[in-house]
Amino acid sequence: MLRSLTARAAVLSMVLLVFFLGVWELANQPPEAKEALTEYERLMGGSEPQARVPNPSEIGKLAVAELSDPFYDKGPNDKGIGLQLLYSIKRVMFGYFLAALIAIPVGFLVGMSPLMHKALDPFIQVLKPISPLAWMPLALFILKDSEVSSVFVIFICSIWPMLINTAFGVGAVKKDWINIARTHELGKLRTAVTVILPAAAPTILTGMRISIGIAWLVIVAAEMLVGGTGIGYYVWNEWNNLDLTAVVFSILMIGIVGMLLDMMLARATRLVQYEE
Amino acid sequence: MEKYFLDAQDLTKTFPAPKGGDPLTVFENQSFGINKGEFICIIGHSGCGKSTILNVLAGLDEATSGVVLMDGREVAGPSLDRGVVFQHYSLLPWISSLRNITFAVRARWPSWRKEQVLHHSMKYLDMVGLAGAESRKPSQLSGGMRQRVSIARAFAIEPKLLLMDEPFGALDALTRGIIQEELMKIWEQTNQTVFMITHDVDEAILLADRILLMTNGPYAHIAESVIIDIPRHRERTEIIHHPNYYPIRNHLVEFLVKRSKELANPEMRTQVEPRETRKRVYPPNVNPAADVNSSSNKIIDLEKHKA
Repeated sequence: MLRSLTARAAVLSMVLLVFFLGVWELANQPPEAKEALTEYERLMGGSEPQARVPNPSEIGKLAVAELSDPFYDKGPNDKGIGLQLLYSIKRVMFGYFLAALIAIPVGFLVGMSPLMHKALDPFIQVLKPISPLAWMPLALFILKDSEVSSVFVIFICSIWPMLINTAFGVGAVKKDWINIARTHELGKLRTAVTVILPAAAPTILTGMRISIGIAWLVIVAAEMLVGGTGIGYYVWNEWNNLDLTAVVFSILMIGIVGMLLDMMLARATRLVQYEE
Repeated sequence: MEKYFLDAQDLTKTFPAPKGGDPLTVFENQSFGINKGEFICIIGHSGCGKSTILNVLAGLDEATSGVVLMDGREVAGPSLDRGVVFQHYSLLPWISSLRNITFAVRARWPSWRKEQVLHHSMKYLDMVGLAGAESRKPSQLSGGMRQRVSIARAFAIEPKLLLMDEPFGALDALTRGIIQEELMKIWEQTNQTVFMITHDVDEAILLADRILLMTNGPYAHIAESVIIDIPRHRERTEIIHHPNYYPIRNHLVEFLVKRSKELANPEMRTQVEPRETRKRVYPPNVNPAADVNSSSNKIIDLEKHKA
């Protein structure tokens, strides 16, 4: 009956999910209390001799509670998950679009001019492998603001894939298409906009997709460092609060938001994709 | 000496030496001319530099020495005065066939209004029989249809000279025949000057007023300019019964099979004589059908032939 591949895959996914969560839930039951709790044990918060990783059912309960009111704000250490995610997304967007603003024009320059390619390549090769977090102390010192510093870290980590992909896409535009521009007497700028940009767009968007993925990875770590707000800070704060249920829940949310960001870029890539 | 509309004078193309080797001279001191409204085909074996000549005429490539004059002015860089049809169509794949043409038309006449551009572009798309396929992207068209769009684009900008680099090389025989006829029809309507590379002897006879025969490279040169003495309007099915057809065809085939090799001698190098004093040599006009018409002289003057 389930002929379509998608339908069969969906069923298999559900089965795997239920199986995985079931094993987790059953294998991770709290030990039965052997005898009635003493006064002392009750005061200390229960009978569990050791902290446990929370069960899926506990996480589910927390998720429902958190997601039913995601944007509350009760002071610096008690904000809704939605609010924390929005802080992080805002920083990622600032850093990311700032990077795009610089990476794409510079990528065009590097892709179109062999001279610029040779001249800038050593810088790119050295700066690219630097972990974005390594910049953090320098950024904090120079920028003197944790908020701006985390935006800078996002900027510096998302610039490279965009720059390199743009340069590659621009450099790989078919000679035939450039010749069309030349035989039609298009100026440099018009060639760049009407021929090279659409020709290289799929490669550029692929670079942007890689960048947004990296930016989302890095923001969590950056926020753990600088603190204050954001989903990275939230995870670290809940760890300090020994609230592992909230930690697991926020890990899940990081995954979902990352997936959504990636899907958006994938859709944008499809819009500019062309078939030869 | 007569004035050609397009005058290629002493063209030489030398590619720099690969590591440790000698520089490669593809052709040397090559001169030839094209009259206004003429359809010229150039035939020769692969590697003899036909495409390089075409690219030099287009301004996409530069000759090592020599000049090309068009309408008395030197060709420097590509221009909308010279339209090019490439072998691999060279359509922009991300826009529709109509937009591929309006793109060119807008570049040619930037001041035109939108409707004017659209009307003009549709006219040429219609001319190649593609009305109705205007919104399709190149990937949704067959090879033959793509080449039609490419031809429509080239004609639409109404260039002074149309250059075609083996435009039908990638098409199957049936499609090729159909598009050849369409091309001839459009050419007759527009009186366009055309320079076309081909490998196909029958195609060249059908389309051309004159065929330039090129010897094998390196140091290739245009050995002859063969006059196709068959009246217009030509039909593919009738032209083969014309008494001049086979003498011409045999002459061309004989050249390609035998003489293109024999005439290709590296001793053709003319470096001995300085450029200033050397006489410019244009390939002689040859009419292989002259014997059939009981003319004693095979080599004739083009002007007389035209009269």
